[in-house]
Amino acid sequence: MPLAGTPLSPQRRRFLQDAARAAGGCVVAGTLLAYLARDARALPAEALRPPGALPEDDFLSACIRCGLCVRDCPYDTLKLAQLGADAGATGTPYFTARDVPCEMCDDIPCVAACPTGALDPALDNIDDAKMGVAVLVDQENCLNYLGLRCDVCYRVCPVIDEAITLEPSHNTRSGHHAIFAPTVHAERCTGCGMCEKSCVLPEAAIKVLPARLARGSSADHYRKGWEEKDAKGAPVVEGIIDLPDRLPGPGTDNLAAPGGYEPGYSLPGIGQ
Amino acid sequence: MSARTHMPVGQEAAEVKGWIGAHRFLLLRRASQLFFLLLFLLGPWFGIWIVEGTLAGSRTLGVLPLTDPFILSQSLIAGHWPELTALTGGLIVLVAYALIGGRVYCSWVCPINPVTDAANWLHRRLNLPKGWQPKRGTRLWILATVLIVSGLTGVIAWEVINPITMLHRGLIFGMGFVWALIIAISVFDLIVARHGWCGHICPVGAFYGLIGAKSLLRVSAANRAACDDCMDCYAVCPENHVISPALKGKDGTTPLILSPNCTNCGRCIDVCSVDVFAFTHRFDDHVVTPSDPATAPEPRAARPI
Repeated sequence: MPLAGTPLSPQRRRFLQDAARAAGGCVVAGTLLAYLARDARALPAEALRPPGALPEDDFLSACIRCGLCVRDCPYDTLKLAQLGADAGATGTPYFTARDVPCEMCDDIPCVAACPTGALDPALDNIDDAKMGVAVLVDQENCLNYLGLRCDVCYRVCPVIDEAITLEPSHNTRSGHHAIFAPTVHAERCTGCGMCEKSCVLPEAAIKVLPARLARGSSADHYRKGWEEKDAKGAPVVEGIIDLPDRLPGPGTDNLAAPGGYEPGYSLPGIGQ
Repeated sequence: MSARTHMPVGQEAAEVKGWIGAHRFLLLRRASQLFFLLLFLLGPWFGIWIVEGTLAGSRTLGVLPLTDPFILSQSLIAGHWPELTALTGGLIVLVAYALIGGRVYCSWVCPINPVTDAANWLHRRLNLPKGWQPKRGTRLWILATVLIVSGLTGVIAWEVINPITMLHRGLIFGMGFVWALIIAISVFDLIVARHGWCGHICPVGAFYGLIGAKSLLRVSAANRAACDDCMDCYAVCPENHVISPALKGKDGTTPLILSPNCTNCGRCIDVCSVDVFAFTHRFDDHVVTPSDPATAPEPRAARPI
């Protein structure tokens, strides 16, 4: 029997029409939902995730927004993002360093409380947490950069002398003082926010930012010549002749630049 | 019969069984909803930490984990394998609702239920038309969509708009703009679609319905021979398509309401003045026949109009 002559059942046509309509509706609704879900990924820079939080993309697939980390935080640092508040996906935990920083509890109760592993239980040492990276964002207002000895961010840092150090340099304004520049070492900074919380300025000059904003990255193929040279124990390029550097100073034939003067101090690292 | 169907719903039952008798399960249900909400609120309000967390995930007495299996399913599809705590909690919830009926969650626990019930009450009071009635399968399509979107975006998708957890979390942790969402759902149920959200849209209800498709706890129209067609059960039932197969089934068919859409709310038991319905288990397909001397209903004279 020729197929073309087979009468199509009206029920079949109806079923196909209904299914097509439902599928179409689902595509529209699903697109909207996907847009909302992707939109939810934009976490504001001030909102920091708790210690051990998976990278944001993974976090949103893992966090069920139950709030147990908030309950177990002994310092009421953590909050759940409220709908419509500028704090990331609704119901997910975050903290604002300038309000209440993370106190870096040794037993990391928030991670222990997380039932799903959105806060990674592999984090067993709070010093390894990476909630963000502190950045001295405003050198023009930072009191230490002005030549004063505020040092508060350095003093309060739970990883003092490792995450934040004071790097001395010459104060060219006064000519005979030092500037002790608070300097963050990102590989040791946990992003707890104690420095930002404690900054004495009305608006903190040092802020904890998510790593994506705080850090650049070195290209994979870059090699530092001086490190390579040290590793090899000889100049990296065979046969290269390392001539003495002609710098001002005693022991060279260039005691003073022509028409110049003897420097009042020695540049660090330029000895004879 | 037409005169009876024009009587206020439940009036006859209230006359026969008393107001309390005609609202027994409604009162129990409100008490249950309040109870589960208070369990979560005792901690933040009074410092009595029996249950911590929200309906999405909680910890009872510091040990018992409970997790919403629907959220967990989305998380799995989005590509995260949860820790054992969450999986255990999800399994406990899954087994419990598989036994007592998945949609017991909807009618006895869910905090959105009082909202949509209130909207429906007003809807009836204002005698509004039932409005847009999507097909019964719509929520299953939405459920599938939510799972697919979770997989595609890698985000637990329904939590972006889920009013259940948002309201619950709002009450416990702070409301934000959740009240706007609640108003939206009320207006939707009041004007756009009767029983619209819980009865046609919500994929959480659809998911729990599937969980409890073979549940033990069931309502049976065992005494269906006594039915006098007052239609009150159809009027109060939030999923009234589930009634007919049991109530109007021919001899030899089961009197059990077996549809996974039944929420086991028990309102049909309340409003029936001749006690057609009762809670029982799914293997009890006993039908009361009029020759049964113990429970046979007396023939009733037509009531005055």
